[in-house]
Amino acid sequence: MGGTSNVKLIDDNGIRVDGRTLDELRPIKIEAGVLKRADGSAYVEFGKNKVLAAVYGPRECHPRHMQDPSKAIVQCKYNMIAFSVNDRKRPGPDRRSVEISKIISEALEYVVFTENFPRTSIDVYIEVLQANAGTRCAGLTAASVALADAGIPMKDLVPAVAVGKVNDQVVLDLQKEEDNFGQADLPIAMIPRTGEVLLMQMDGHMTMDEFDRAIELGVGACKKIYDLQKDALQRRYSVEQPVGEEPEEPAPAPQTEG
Amino acid sequence: MAREIMSEIKRDHVHKLLAKGKRVDNRAWDEFRPISIQTGFAENAEGSARVKLGNTDVLVGVKMTVGEPFADTPDRGVLSTNAELIPLASPTFESGPPDENSIELARVCDRGIRESQMVDLEKLCIEKGKEVWIMFVDMYVLDYDGNLFDAAFLGAVSALRSTMVPAKAEGKGEDFPLPIRHMPISVTSVQIENSILVDPTLDEEKVAAARLTVTTDENGDLRAMQKGLTGALTLEQIYKIVETSQRLGNDLRKMIG
Repeated sequence: MGGTSNVKLIDDNGIRVDGRTLDELRPIKIEAGVLKRADGSAYVEFGKNKVLAAVYGPRECHPRHMQDPSKAIVQCKYNMIAFSVNDRKRPGPDRRSVEISKIISEALEYVVFTENFPRTSIDVYIEVLQANAGTRCAGLTAASVALADAGIPMKDLVPAVAVGKVNDQVVLDLQKEEDNFGQADLPIAMIPRTGEVLLMQMDGHMTMDEFDRAIELGVGACKKIYDLQKDALQRRYSVEQPVGEEPEEPAPAPQTEG
Repeated sequence: MAREIMSEIKRDHVHKLLAKGKRVDNRAWDEFRPISIQTGFAENAEGSARVKLGNTDVLVGVKMTVGEPFADTPDRGVLSTNAELIPLASPTFESGPPDENSIELARVCDRGIRESQMVDLEKLCIEKGKEVWIMFVDMYVLDYDGNLFDAAFLGAVSALRSTMVPAKAEGKGEDFPLPIRHMPISVTSVQIENSILVDPTLDEEKVAAARLTVTTDENGDLRAMQKGLTGALTLEQIYKIVETSQRLGNDLRKMIG
């Protein structure tokens, strides 16, 4: 958060640089089952963010000392590819990605019925192919769809979104310019059905009133993203009816002679 | 870091006490353990503080050097925060490069300092685009009995407040105290079943489902937050924690003056 910038990102009619209103999400696209080798996968776009998630497991837990005899552990690795951002990102984990991996693992572990798979690891890989702010939320959104696609028993899906503050206004789903020059950023993941919050971070500067508004926007957006997640899974697993074909006539019973 | 193990009997003990509204050490749910802060502990650091929060013991030092600014902030000093969970402090800490726990600890503390604009970084510019002051905040855990976030943050804030910029030694004029603008305080709470407990001990942390750290400034505004652990929090619980953090933040601010 720059915090001190005077860059004007919202016009007098409350329209943002990309034409959205303050409480509007970017266009979101979610597809389930996009990779062949992975046990489960998903592709998510939040505006210009492009994120792939793959799930392997439950499988043998490495490193072995991480095994839990009573349940599975969820090990998420969040990674940005080298050309996902303007300045080339040096490949490999950095401190930011280690932290994000940890909090996403924790959020996902809550929804997976881990006690069904003792001693195993459920490995979740999130690759950010193109970044435009809000990648941890897009990644978590994708990862929970990938877990469902892998057929892993879960309490629910986990939608996530970032709410922020730009030009002293609380806005939903920051894109890159808003994130760079914004005053606060608050990523949140919540199960809409139960109201349980599984991921929450905040940095920047928010008054209590702004926090209230941010939570309100975040809760509403999580509901919308949740519906898109469900829709992606339904599209993936709906049984296709052949179009325009009449059901076949039952073959006439063979005539028996005599 | 190896997993913290807890015996069933101890776990039951914590739960049974909580059912009666009590904590292991008889504190109220919103009560901190005794806090002691000793600044100037490490004389070779530009600023330092040793913080004891109950049995948790953390030593924080600030070193400063002259260096180049980042290209995108040519007129501002640089803040670098690091946390070390050294094997001296707990049987579960291992030597080696920082693991995810120490990285999370360092980054949450870093955001509390950075986002509250506690230090006026513009006053740490020597020559725009060429030379600025670089602050290294190094946090060492010496004894781990829970709630490292608040102990380390209190240590970092106290150490920074006691820091003298070593301008003379670097040939940059007279030494001066680090320009401090705000006084952020972090308060960490955990959720165990339906109870919220502030400043958890290690035993309470091991039983806890979810954790939330809330950093506020002297106006009660929010500056940083971090949810941790694999449990869930309801919005009602989040509001309870945020409001408690504002209130206790003010109390702590008065206490350390």
